[in-house]
This record gives sequence, structure tokens and C-alpha cells, in this order.
Amino acid sequence: MEKQVILNEKQFTLTLLRLCHQLIENHNDFSNTVLIGLQPRGIHVVNRMKKILEEKLGQSIQCGNLDITFYRDDFRRRERPIIPSVTNIDFIIEGKVVVLIDDVLYTGRTIRSGLDALMAFGRPARVELVTLIDRRFNRDLPIQADYIGKAVDTLVSERVSVEWAEIEGEDKVILFTPKEHE
Amino acid sequence: MNNLSVDHLTGIKHLTREDIEIIFQTADSFKQVINRPIKKVPSLRDITIANLFFENSTRTKLSFELAEKRLSADVVNFSASGSSVKKGETLVDTVNNILSMKVDMVVMRHASPGAAKFLSERVNARVINAGDGTHEHPTQALLDSYSIRERLGSVEGKKVVIVGDILHSRVALSNIYALQKQGAEVMVCGPTTLIPKYIHELGVHVEHNLMKALNWCDVANMLRIQLERQDIQYFPSLREYSMQYGLNKEILDHLDKEIVVMHPGPINRGVEITSDVADSKQSIILNQVENGVAVRMAVIYLLASKIERN
Repeated sequence: MEKQVILNEKQFTLTLLRLCHQLIENHNDFSNTVLIGLQPRGIHVVNRMKKILEEKLGQSIQCGNLDITFYRDDFRRRERPIIPSVTNIDFIIEGKVVVLIDDVLYTGRTIRSGLDALMAFGRPARVELVTLIDRRFNRDLPIQADYIGKAVDTLVSERVSVEWAEIEGEDKVILFTPKEHE
Repeated sequence: MNNLSVDHLTGIKHLTREDIEIIFQTADSFKQVINRPIKKVPSLRDITIANLFFENSTRTKLSFELAEKRLSADVVNFSASGSSVKKGETLVDTVNNILSMKVDMVVMRHASPGAAKFLSERVNARVINAGDGTHEHPTQALLDSYSIRERLGSVEGKKVVIVGDILHSRVALSNIYALQKQGAEVMVCGPTTLIPKYIHELGVHVEHNLMKALNWCDVANMLRIQLERQDIQYFPSLREYSMQYGLNKEILDHLDKEIVVMHPGPINRGVEITSDVADSKQSIILNQVENGVAVRMAVIYLLASKIERN
């Protein structure tokens, strides 16, 4: 596998900061907006953005985590079932503007499941989508993000990995490309 | 490691400790789901499940049906009364007829021990045992352990006494297997006539004095006297049984520690347990019922993931 850093630590921070500013531009004081991260990796993006937004706005922002395991469209199509993560939404999303957040947008299937899962908590006024990395041209479904950290052109054989200081030790995004003989 | 080691749930005996842990982890998520405004997930929308109850049941049947519906499976129900079983059809024929209507999973309660295993070897569907005679009742034991884990943090190292009609109880046998696999110590308590002769071979303690048993344990699982399975008189009278083995508030208050009280239902109030105990805060009887749906959803979900697609 060849490794290529597509966002280093500095770019990573700047990107998150820009996404937060874009959200502030459209959501004013966030009084009717909630952030929801998709399990398992989207929650790290939410935690980071929540921290930045709360510092900028000086108020707390409602955030939750959503697990989509039971809403996936590949049940019985995988070797083994996925053990679900925790859903943690302790507020009502009826009438709220929901910002769905994930780390990588690829086929769009996770987001489709996420939208389905979200409806179990009420009927939101509007749903927007934030993604740190957009693997454009790889979509299986007609789903696009409203806010994009960085768009990358990738092959299906490639893999994008978002790493976090609190887990992997450093903030960065890496693109793995298999060597030709692999 | 997040796949069950078995293709059918015929008994706890065939599960591993890891299987039980996977079921509980999955049940945790389903417990969240059933406490939401919309208590349903679409996972099993292309699966059809037949509930075959050759023996009476209220709670278990309802619990399975709710679990299936909350997973979005299609459900067909069958009970022996008013069916062709009465006309002399064999079990395999009955089930194969139902399966030719494209059923993927069978939940079965039957009066004959081993019926679920027998069926799982002969039909092309996943089988879940919902009670086979006096043999096993695996989902009940799973939800019992799950409820202990929820109340006390874990099952490992806990002391559990099962009180009552051990001889006729499939709940007792499944519980013994489940608790031991998770590292708990198990004791059975009841009149000599209702304790199976060779039960010590399962590695359980045997006690005939209720007070001693209760003072030993962290959890007491009170069983019902199964009069419908008793062909001979095993004790002089229900009143005498109740005096010796019935759990009341006075006994509970006399113990030097606070124990957890369980009952798989249906309760015979005033026989094995008095109303004030059944409704006390030490009792987790209603938690058991709620957890039953979540645990059954987990079992069905995990087994359904093994159904091949055509």
C-alpha cells in the first residue's frame, strides 16, 4: 500500500475551523439546530466541531450520536453481522434543523441509512450534511454533502483513513493506494 | 468475533460464553430502540418468521411476536389447538408445509424435550427453541442473565439460587447452563421430590432449607410449581409448600443483605412468592419482561444474519 497524506495536522485544523464558520454563517445562534454524528467515526468530527463552535459562540450546542447498524441495506450480505454502537440522542428533533456529520462520504449508503434512522426520532425541519472528506465520483446513491472539508478523487481500490489525535495520536487524513502487483 | 457459533438456538448448552456476550451487546442496542418514540427498525423486512406454539404460552409468544415485529419481519402464528396436528400430522410434515410457504425462521414451543433440535436437523430454516417440554428454554435464561447483569453489573462471581420445581422446569436447566457459562455459582432449592436425582452432576449446590439458600445468594429466582406437568403428588399440599418454600416480605427483611428477586412468570401469588415481594423494589420481574423483548430481538437478528439469500 502506498500512503499519501491528503490533510496534514495544520490543514486538518484549518478545515475543521472553516466548516464551523460555514455552519455559523447559515445557522446563526444554533437555537434551532442540532449536530448529529454518525457512529462509529463521525462522532469524532462532531466532538471537535462542538468544541470549536462552543468556543466561538460562547454557548452550548446540542449534539448527539446516531448508530445506523439496524438501518443498513447490507444486512445478510456481509460475512458477519456488525455489532452496533451506542445511539445517544437525548432531545427531540421534531421541527429542528439537523446537521448530520460523518468523516468520509463515499457511496452515500451510510447517509441513506442515517436519514432513515433519524426519522425514528421525529420529523426534522431540514437535514444538512457535513463531511470531512468527500470521495466524489464514487457515489452509489444521489446524495451530496452541503459542507465539504476536502473533496478527493479516488479509485474504488483505494482507501481513505481519517485519524484523530485522541485515538491514533495525530490529526491527519491518509489515502492508501494499493501497488500494482497487490 | 461477532458472529454466533450456532445456526439455531436449540439450547444454552450449545452456546459459548462469547455467544452470550454478543447477544447481550446486541440486546443493549435493541433496548435503546424499544424505548424510542418509534420502536421499530427495518433490518428484517425481507424475513418471514413462523411462531409455532404446540403448547400454551402468553408471555413468551407475545414477547417473540413483538420482537419480530419491531425488527420488521413478517410474522405468521400457529397454535396447536385448531390445527391439523390434531388430525395426526407429524411435526416435520407440519413444519415443512409451513416452510413451503417461504418461511425463513421458526420459533417453536413443544411439549417434547428435544423437539427443537429434532426440527433443526430436518428443516431448512433457522430454529429458535421457545421451550421444549422439561428440557430447555434458552431465551428465558438469556433474559434472566441479562437482567442480572443490568441490575448487578455482571453475572460473573454472583451466587444465584433457583427455588422451586426444578424437576419440571426448563427454565431451571437453561439458567444453570447460562449462569455457569458466565462464571456464576448456582444453587437449587426445593423439596427433595422436586430436585432431580442427578442434578449435582451439573455442578450445582443443592439445599433444602430456603433460609440457608437465601442467606447464601445474591439473586433468588423463584419458579412456579408446574402442576400441569405433575402426574403424581410431589408434596402434601400447596399450602405446605408455600409455608416452606414461599418467599414473603418477612423472610426477605430478616436476611442480612439485600438480594435481587426474580420470577420467570406466570406468578402464582401467595404460593411461591407473595404480592408484597413480587411488587417490591428488590424484585426485577417486570424488568425481566421488558428485557425479554430486547434479548429476543438480538437472538433473532443474529440468527437471521445467517440466513442465505436466494
